[in-house]
Amino acid sequence: MLGLYLHRDSPIHRLGAGVKMGGLLAATLLVLALPGAVGALGAGLSGLFALWLAKLPLGRVLRELRAPVLMLGLLFGVQALVAGTGWADTLAAVARFAALILLATLVTLTTKVAAMVDLFERVFAILRPLGVNPAKLALMLALTIRFIPLLAEQVREVRMAQQARGVERSIAALFVPLLVKILRLADDLTAALDARGYDPTDDARPGTSPNDAVGPNNKEAQPPC
Amino acid sequence: MPNPSITLRAVSHAYGDRAVLRDLSLTLTERRVAILGGNGSGKSTLARMLNGLILPSAGTVTVDGLDTRRDGRAVRQRVGFVFQNPDVQIVYPTVEEDVGFGLKARKMPKDEIARRVTAALDRYALARYRHQPAHQLSGGEKQLLAIAGVLVLDPAHVVFDEPTTLLDLRNRRTVIQAIRDLPQHAIVVTHDLDMVMDFDRVLVLEDGRVVIDDAPSVAVPAYVARLG
Repeated sequence: MLGLYLHRDSPIHRLGAGVKMGGLLAATLLVLALPGAVGALGAGLSGLFALWLAKLPLGRVLRELRAPVLMLGLLFGVQALVAGTGWADTLAAVARFAALILLATLVTLTTKVAAMVDLFERVFAILRPLGVNPAKLALMLALTIRFIPLLAEQVREVRMAQQARGVERSIAALFVPLLVKILRLADDLTAALDARGYDPTDDARPGTSPNDAVGPNNKEAQPPC
Repeated sequence: MPNPSITLRAVSHAYGDRAVLRDLSLTLTERRVAILGGNGSGKSTLARMLNGLILPSAGTVTVDGLDTRRDGRAVRQRVGFVFQNPDVQIVYPTVEEDVGFGLKARKMPKDEIARRVTAALDRYALARYRHQPAHQLSGGEKQLLAIAGVLVLDPAHVVFDEPTTLLDLRNRRTVIQAIRDLPQHAIVVTHDLDMVMDFDRVLVLEDGRVVIDDAPSVAVPAYVARLG
């Protein structure tokens, strides 16, 4: 749904991740607080202006919106039919969410993942007294974004392999090898993170050792490929 | 500072009941060392031991005097590791961000990270892909990105685990040239016999033991002869 960073030399791109996320949060509160489609109209127009400022391709951004708007239309449409809420309210609700998705898409298209991760690391730091490691949470976010296309490729690969062997549609035939591949990938990724100097301990937390000797991939059960 | 060296003393390793390395004692000081061997011979396990990703069941591995068991993190800062499949090694979605990942993990200042990333991207002809999603690169470009991500950390040693296996001919040449040009001590696990011909030393593993240890001109024909 949300696009990956698209590099341009624009004032929107140069804004800090915190400013953009804060702006998105403020816009969300405003759109939800204002009655009817007034907020949606304001957010939509602001979004289009920001889109122009950011020099992003309109067609691509609108394509990103197509699927969620369709889904929201169906959802609120069914609600209008079943619960008897008016069509005007339904349109206003869809417009609100569409405007917010436009703004969120703009944020992700104009903000590097590394900047977003830095921001989340700072925000998650407030959870440190509860034992949460903000660096781990932030890395999880980066890995999720990075591995979506890779997992999609794995699904395509497994599906093609099944089709080549005459299995057209079978959830089990897709799921089992996919799970094996994903587990293997997770294992290799752990080793790679370790090899690239990632420190799973949080330096800001007291009592963490700066010199853990045992890498997380030191498994006895499974040899590397 | 003494010459970079990796030393294995009486190293053995087993996965459950299956022994994969048996009583290996080696000192690796040559600038280019290749490790050959069939599937399951213990090559990849040995490679991962050289930077402490796997600890030996018995014996010790030391890198420039640092024990992988005791000084794991310091060892991993000295030994870079390039995996066979670059996809597992690329952590961030875009090229520039991924090269900077290890530097950021070491908490380097932002301007130093930017300087080093730019230099690494220029060195491996990746500058034009700087802001591109990593998953859109070709196989060879991804492998170069993985190498750049490791080399940007300026390790004293670099271990490559079958770096050309997944590549086409052109990309294979590019990666081989990149390895040749490295100023670092490089240890390369490979099946690619052409690649190792100008190396300084070749080890052949079989069933967890070193069965050939010689210059490539002797080791490679002997290995081929053993294959029958």
